[in-house]
Amino acid sequence: MERKSIVEIKDISMTYHTLDGETEAIKDINLNIDKGEIVSLVGPSGCGKSTLLSIIAGLIEPSKGKVLIKGKEVKGPTKEIGYMFQRDHLFEWRTIIENVLIGLEIQGKVNEENYKYAEKLLDIYGLSDFKEKFPRQLSGGMRQRAALIRTLVVKPDLLLLDEPFSALDYQTRLAIADEIGIILKKEEKTALMVTHDIAEAISMADRVVVLSKRPATIKDIIPINLSCPGEVRTPMKCREAPEFRHYFNQIWKELDIHV
Amino acid sequence: MYNKVSEEQEKYIRKIKRRKKNITITQILILVVWLFLWEVAAKLGWIDTFLTSSPSEVWKLFIEYTKNGNLFYHVGISVTETIIGFLIGTILGVLVAIMLWWSDFIAKVLDPYLVVLNSLPKTALAPIIIIWVGAGYSGIIVTAITVSIVVTIMNVYSGFRNVDEDKIKLLETFGATKFQVLKKVVLPSSFPTIISTLKVNIGLSWVGVIVGEFLVSKAGIGYLIVYGGQVFKLDLVMMSVFILAIISAVMYQLIAFVEKKLTKWQQ
Repeated sequence: MERKSIVEIKDISMTYHTLDGETEAIKDINLNIDKGEIVSLVGPSGCGKSTLLSIIAGLIEPSKGKVLIKGKEVKGPTKEIGYMFQRDHLFEWRTIIENVLIGLEIQGKVNEENYKYAEKLLDIYGLSDFKEKFPRQLSGGMRQRAALIRTLVVKPDLLLLDEPFSALDYQTRLAIADEIGIILKKEEKTALMVTHDIAEAISMADRVVVLSKRPATIKDIIPINLSCPGEVRTPMKCREAPEFRHYFNQIWKELDIHV
Repeated sequence: MYNKVSEEQEKYIRKIKRRKKNITITQILILVVWLFLWEVAAKLGWIDTFLTSSPSEVWKLFIEYTKNGNLFYHVGISVTETIIGFLIGTILGVLVAIMLWWSDFIAKVLDPYLVVLNSLPKTALAPIIIIWVGAGYSGIIVTAITVSIVVTIMNVYSGFRNVDEDKIKLLETFGATKFQVLKKVVLPSSFPTIISTLKVNIGLSWVGVIVGEFLVSKAGIGYLIVYGGQVFKLDLVMMSVFILAIISAVMYQLIAFVEKKLTKWQQ
């Protein structure tokens, strides 16, 4: 079967201008992402990973280059893209179901069918009892799950995850990364995830893209092939794969971090 | 499930309740003792009732004013002026704040003017307003608006600006328009700020109304105070101040009640 690129990132460069001068944040990034693929983006902190996501999401315009989603150039936010943030950003004054529906509300697509779909997702991912609850009544992990459902409900072709677990404590983080990894695969979602956790990147992704220091360029793209124990591949189990340590060392070396 | 409360827990709860009761009792006691001393001092001639009046005199006057309907007339006028001034001041203030949020350019341009207006004691403008708008209810209401509007604009606008950038970004990724961002995230998340501004505004509107009535001197609680002062009827002044204190406290509590109802998600 021919693999179809759902996202094409072409020669993206980004320069920030301030009164003090200009900073080159990103330089000549080229990357294609296939349908159903999960790609992790790792790089030294402050190298412009989040900038790249914002460009793909159409929130900022690149200085050079373009992004194509399903062959269409991105010019401003599109419904093809779902964005997930570091923090869940659930609205405190809305119940969980109202929070989940916000995207549909914005796009004027709240109807019987989509509402059912939202309920179904909440049900599958164990939040149906919390539908009418307010965010503060939920645990951090549950809140992040609700945030993912809010993103999934609008049925985006590409999910952009901007360090989606970094605001959670370590145990919750492992558990929720595992869950969300499974959800993404199950819903056959294409995702691009920024993280600074190397282990997380390897365990969740099909490919890991290593970025260099600012201005960020692609240093290496590492396809991940883990012989995960068990039938279903889950991020947690993948951490036990014998190749895991090898990938970890390789990426660590390429990041070339000096403190 | 019913849990048997341990003796220690009961003791703890009793202690907390007793403390709460003591505080309430002391609060009431202070008022009673103060009124009592005032009355006794007046009866025994320790103080000059011509200057201080006395609780019984104030009460007698209160009954008299209630019976002949004068009280309701004056209170009614002041309350109406305050409510109208409060509503218009708040609504206009919020609208201007929205405009500033909408256009960064306007916000930057108006910034120094707002700072000056904010630090200026607005009551200083009252004589000008009364001359321009007229020495009637409208002049008083406009004075009340002037007192509250600038604070509203400043507070609400800074509330708007404190809305989490990422929450706005989140809506933008769904393709939200600026109006949708305003409606779905900026206004609701500034709601607590708006409510706390309302609480300040009710007091400020009273300031405007009373100052206005001082100047216009036709009717209202402010008029009663000024008139009482001029003819040295201190019982009238005292009664008016008491009533003013009670009404403004009630209005404040009303807003606090509405706040509680509307921010259920916070509790």
